[in-house]
Amino acid sequence: MGELFFEERNIVVPGDKLAMGMDYLPAGGAFRDGECIRSKVLGILGINGRVLKVIPLKSQYRPRPNDMVIGKITDMTNSVWFAKIDSFRDGVLTVREVPEYIGDGDDLSQYYNFGDYVLAKVLNVNSTNAGLTMKGPGLRKLSGGRIIEVNSAKVPRVIGKAGSMISAIKEKTGCRVIVGQNGLVWIQGEPEHEFVAVEAIKLINEKGHLQGLTELVSEFIDKKMKNVSKKETEEKPKVEEKQVTQEKKSDKDDEEEQPKRRAVGRKASKKVAKRSKK
Amino acid sequence: MTTNKRTDGRNFDELRKMEAKVGVVSSANGSAMFKIGNTTAIAVVRGPKKLHPKFLQNPETGRLRCFYNMVSFSGSGDRVRPGPSRRTKEINLVMENALAPAIDLSRFPGSSVDVFVNLIQTDAGTRCAAITAAAMALADAGFEMRDLVTAVAAGLVEDQVLVDLNYDEDSHEMGVDIPIAMMPNEDKITLLQLDGRVKKEKLNEAIELARSACKKIYKVQRAALVERYE
Repeated sequence: MGELFFEERNIVVPGDKLAMGMDYLPAGGAFRDGECIRSKVLGILGINGRVLKVIPLKSQYRPRPNDMVIGKITDMTNSVWFAKIDSFRDGVLTVREVPEYIGDGDDLSQYYNFGDYVLAKVLNVNSTNAGLTMKGPGLRKLSGGRIIEVNSAKVPRVIGKAGSMISAIKEKTGCRVIVGQNGLVWIQGEPEHEFVAVEAIKLINEKGHLQGLTELVSEFIDKKMKNVSKKETEEKPKVEEKQVTQEKKSDKDDEEEQPKRRAVGRKASKKVAKRSKK
Repeated sequence: MTTNKRTDGRNFDELRKMEAKVGVVSSANGSAMFKIGNTTAIAVVRGPKKLHPKFLQNPETGRLRCFYNMVSFSGSGDRVRPGPSRRTKEINLVMENALAPAIDLSRFPGSSVDVFVNLIQTDAGTRCAAITAAAMALADAGFEMRDLVTAVAAGLVEDQVLVDLNYDEDSHEMGVDIPIAMMPNEDKITLLQLDGRVKKEKLNEAIELARSACKKIYKVQRAALVERYE
């Protein structure tokens, strides 16, 4: 048996000699150089029997067919939108690939305007562009909420095994979260809760390579959410002191507040649309 | 030369004090700082992004572009005039060629990967410090590389072979400056520049000296990259 120079989960840098001898086989992130196997990327070494692979700590997103991505509309022509998908290839969305009926000579900014974020699927990739589609379950314009960026190598960590991490974040914060394969993440919920979810995802982006990440993150969220709920309960008794009826009213207000906020968001985007038409 | 020490008290094969740090610019894909003596280089990697003008695009692979810059206050006397010059153009080219054998951009056809290197303090050996910092920044950004690239200047002062020249030695009237970059694991040289007269034996001696110096610098480079994630 050949000689191994590192242990499992060691951090290796490009060029490192991982193992000597023909017994070992290189997988992703490693390559064979004569007698030895060397690392191609900065990452964590994974050993699976005779197979050595290096899991990269960072990577650049390359669009592949059937990827769900979040894109930002940056440009449009008579029949196409261009979306920035955080890659060296632009996302291209043609009018044929949107579910809405678009008449001849329609202004495309009515449907998706500059600066809008869309959840789209990659159809095909050519040398310069990535063709996108909006036809499919769940694909839509993302209105409201907020967008944050993580490295595309950390997307599997944000989602977790069989979606365990993402569902934990959703459950604990009560936010809606969508993770694009390109590393853009959309979060929507109560402002305070949204903030906790953002912090948690940023934590994953930074500490994603550590073991026991799920526990670390869930502990983090629990701690933060406790503070949030403490604040909320501190605010509520004040209302109680005044009148019971008023409390009910304020509850209603809370309920109404969210749709209102969304409506404001919509109005604002319409305003932008009008302005751009002018 | 009759003494066996240099002007700053170093031995002939001794490097200046080194310091390296990865991830110094948080907005960048990858970044690194490398300091050797009083020469400090900060490298930032941006991209891959679509390359414009289009005729520069290579449909088979990405293109590595380097942008070397000495900050206006970096010198020890007059203000360094900003903007491109004959010298920076040469260094950009030299850096690209020194890094190109190590990095694989075939996954990003038609794109460019830009490496910006700023030197905030200089005391000779800037292109070597820039290459060393750039290699770390590229590795930090997660690009596929065969190896890191490490660079150091070897040289001759009055027929004595030295490594890692400081400004006094570099500007010596009887001095020759030989910047050398290499891939330490591959043990291959990717850059060798020389202007001046030098005997074949002395050149070989200088290369050997630089080779062992590069291995020392590589250890600092590697430690900085690992430290970032530990």
